[in-house]
Amino acid sequence: MLSAEEWGIVALSLKVGGVAVLATLPIAFALAWLLARYRFPGRVVLDALVHLPLVLPPVVTGWLLLIAFGPFGPVGRWLESWFGVSLMFRWTGAALAAAIMALPLMVRAMRLSIEGIDRRLEGAARTLGATPWHSFWTISLPLALPGVLAALVLGFARSIGEFGATITFVSNIPGETRTLPLAIYSALQVPGGEAMVTRLALLSVALSLGALVLSEWLVRRTYGDRQRHGD
Amino acid sequence: MAIDIDVAKRLGDRTIAARFTAGPGLTALFGPSGAGKTSILNMVAGLLKPDRGHIRIGERTLFDGAVDLPPEARRVGYVFQDGRLFPHRRVRANLTYGHDLAPQANRWMSVDEAVAFLGIGHLLDRWPHSLSGGEAQRVAIGRALLAGPEILLMDEPLSSLDAARRGDIMTVIERIRDELKLPILYVSHDRAEVDRLATQVVAIGE
Repeated sequence: MLSAEEWGIVALSLKVGGVAVLATLPIAFALAWLLARYRFPGRVVLDALVHLPLVLPPVVTGWLLLIAFGPFGPVGRWLESWFGVSLMFRWTGAALAAAIMALPLMVRAMRLSIEGIDRRLEGAARTLGATPWHSFWTISLPLALPGVLAALVLGFARSIGEFGATITFVSNIPGETRTLPLAIYSALQVPGGEAMVTRLALLSVALSLGALVLSEWLVRRTYGDRQRHGD
Repeated sequence: MAIDIDVAKRLGDRTIAARFTAGPGLTALFGPSGAGKTSILNMVAGLLKPDRGHIRIGERTLFDGAVDLPPEARRVGYVFQDGRLFPHRRVRANLTYGHDLAPQANRWMSVDEAVAFLGIGHLLDRWPHSLSGGEAQRVAIGRALLAGPEILLMDEPLSSLDAARRGDIMTVIERIRDELKLPILYVSHDRAEVDRLATQVVAIGE
């Protein structure tokens, strides 16, 4: 049904999306926790920065990444000289672009569920002998889990759909940075590419739906039997 | 074992202050709603920091000008008004939460003993949301006892219960007082409760 080239595109998309989301998860959780729980100077600025990729044109985000991570950019030069690593025109760069674009959605989802935790339960845990750290792992984090799962799915869906920032930052290189949306875009430019466009588009729909169903299932499996039934 | 409390705390535009010594048995902090009784319990538990004063249990200082033990180091059990069971843990895991954290030397009751004492054996595999008010309060009491506390704080533990369940839980509280001989600080604004349960009454508020 799919050609080897198309399977390669799917595999690359899954790799880029998976790496982007898993690498972003701890950072996004820390940001969500910080924004949900603490009042500090610069909080509004941090909040705005986190949300910036949501409201900026993606091509601008891609351009900013290009400036920062390009061979003469501050971060790019540092990565190159210390680690000999460059993200330019690499799938890792595509993952970075996807991660930046997914970050605000992931932070929002987790922040909501962190804000929904009854903090008095953490106090109860402390009186039972739990250190703040133990209370975090046994009470707060499990109670925030539905938000974490939602963040994973939303972030993943956003990542595999990323187009503007990716093509601006790491271009459209077959086998390296040509993820599903970029491949669809390319196929649209080629005469007779409609069949490939259709297959890849259907695949996109299937992946997104699959992610949604999976997350719903995970949330139900984790919390289904302990949710209130309207009592 | 004497519990020596002298605390003051400014909350908004009111000042909550209390000075009393509680002996064995059940000491009721009695007063109108909003007099700061719960805040006093929270200060004893370490959930609220007094502006000044001291809190001592026997020879142990929980709080004074130099010492401020975190809640987990105080060995103060707390039964909250609303039970406050962990919703993502079954009854059994709620009961063992503090028990598993307590050093062996501090435990004075096994899980089996607590389950028998409170008559909650049939609830162990249930989720907290499926418990009635009285069942939840029994589990909350068991959870606090199993952490091996030296005193027990109870914040209006009967307020969410109907009349029949109140009697049941009052019997449990009397048995904690008389059989387990655990000192209890008990917050209430209900005269009948206090008359029945209290060894000593401390008036809080105006």
